[in-house]
Amino acid sequence: MTMPTLDPADLQSVWLTLKLASVTTVFLLLIATPLAWWLSHSRKWYKGLASAVVALPLVLPPTVLGFYLLLLMGPQGPVGELTHALNLGRLPFTFAGLVIGSVLFSLPFAVQPIQNAFESMGKRPLEVAATLRASAWDRFVSVALPLARPGFLTATILAFAHTVGEFGVVLMLGGNIPGETRVLSVAIYSHVEAMEYNAAHVLAGLMVLFSFSVLLGLYLAGGQLSKVTK
Amino acid sequence: MNRSAGEIQGRFVLQREDFVLDATFSAPAVGVTALFGPSGSGKTTLLRCIAGLERANGSLHVNGETWQNDTDFMPTHKRPLGYVFQEASLFAHLSVRANLEYGLRRTPLTERKVQLEQVVEWLGLTHLIERGDPGKLSGGERQRIAIGRALLTSPRILLMDEPLSALDTKSKQEILPYLERLHRELKIPVLYVSHAMDEVARLADHLVLLDQGKVIASGELHETLARLDLPTAHFDDAGAVIEAAVAQHDEKYHLSRLDFSGGHLWVGKVEQPFGTRVRARVLARDVSIATQAPQGSSINNILNACIEEIRDEGPDKVVVRMQVGDSQVLLSRITRRSRDHLGLVAGMYVCAQVKSVALMA
Repeated sequence: MTMPTLDPADLQSVWLTLKLASVTTVFLLLIATPLAWWLSHSRKWYKGLASAVVALPLVLPPTVLGFYLLLLMGPQGPVGELTHALNLGRLPFTFAGLVIGSVLFSLPFAVQPIQNAFESMGKRPLEVAATLRASAWDRFVSVALPLARPGFLTATILAFAHTVGEFGVVLMLGGNIPGETRVLSVAIYSHVEAMEYNAAHVLAGLMVLFSFSVLLGLYLAGGQLSKVTK
Repeated sequence: MNRSAGEIQGRFVLQREDFVLDATFSAPAVGVTALFGPSGSGKTTLLRCIAGLERANGSLHVNGETWQNDTDFMPTHKRPLGYVFQEASLFAHLSVRANLEYGLRRTPLTERKVQLEQVVEWLGLTHLIERGDPGKLSGGERQRIAIGRALLTSPRILLMDEPLSALDTKSKQEILPYLERLHRELKIPVLYVSHAMDEVARLADHLVLLDQGKVIASGELHETLARLDLPTAHFDDAGAVIEAAVAQHDEKYHLSRLDFSGGHLWVGKVEQPFGTRVRARVLARDVSIATQAPQGSSINNILNACIEEIRDEGPDKVVVRMQVGDSQVLLSRITRRSRDHLGLVAGMYVCAQVKSVALMA
């Protein structure tokens, strides 16, 4: 076996994967923060319903999610008609479509750690801030967000890593277009299909290394973080 | 309705699954008013309603300003109040100094009456303010910082929810002198929730008694504690509070004489100059009654008193309220048998023998 190297196409997949994971994580944090806040404070009856919907990707086969998204965003789907009417073109088999699929797929991984952090701080710090003349928004920014920092860190890492590792949604929704939708997991799949085991080895090894380092970092940081928050 | 400016008046109705608060109360806009009652009586809930942390139906007027009525509800952060919680609840992500300055920064410059240096001096925070992590401080130190943090918003009323109850005895003793100092120097009214009679007797000027979500009595501290129709007169540690002044020191026997309107009391020597105002507490169980001046008694403090009221307390005991001098009242708990043997009735002149005086300063 020769020294493992990445050919330009594979390098492009690595780059695309990192780009997808980064963009997805940014959107996830923007969506998950208000959602987690609402879930941790609401007493509405439909809160349970919302929690279940958010958690759905945890149990659903990714292909199922990808299948429905494909229908929704396709030419006959309502989202597809909307994007067409707005002159945005079609979302399936594009990078934007992948981002939408990834955001939904990793939503519980971002929402739950943040929600836990909001819930575990209790309402007391916010009440204290209110008696110290801080308005609702001020309390959220100056007290809730910093106290929930460990939750945000966990959410960021999990959302990023989970997006890097997704396959089913990407395959259903994005296909296998180099530079546009061919992410690492899809590239590995293609290599195996084509009997290019060496190339698959290199990419698969990279994934194992990446996943392990992320989890190791998470647990090491977790030990540090719990010390800080006490 | 006509309301005087210098008063706190409120009425709250709050329905909970297992509890109903239906409290109408008023408190003077000076001094310390204790909200006193057994646990579950609704005193903390009442305080939270005043702060706007609970949304009850009703109304609240503070110094002529409406904080809540049927149509309007001023949110907590707009109410010029300071709130000290049972636990210090310092912000874990901020340093000691940043905790102290949290409310100060949010108080408009024109409303700032309390300065950081002043609070640091009052509460003895000089060696604490540069400490980073508040988590490493003792319970008493944390609570002092919490009190300072609340004062730095220059509140027009200070609300304290059992600020000592989460502390051990040592921390309590450490923090009480600071609270007494605030009592003397602070010009704003304080509402102080407590279920500990000794704290109330020590710090309060005015009393609001709560039971099962209702206000059962309120009034000036000495008068209210002396009312035999209230449960407070029948606690094991029921007693009278006496405001006195240090008048004389007896170096030979290491005693001090405290003068008050009804006479004087000798107590163990106090290290305070003449004229210092002190508060003393005389428990009902430490006062016995004689119909004639006793001969050859070891008791130092014997006061001439006039019986005002006698009330049964259980099958074997009675509580006697006596007037000493013009305005001072003493309580005494004796057996029913002693009352009958001595033929004690209201209007009788007797000698009250005080076995023990607890000095609270």
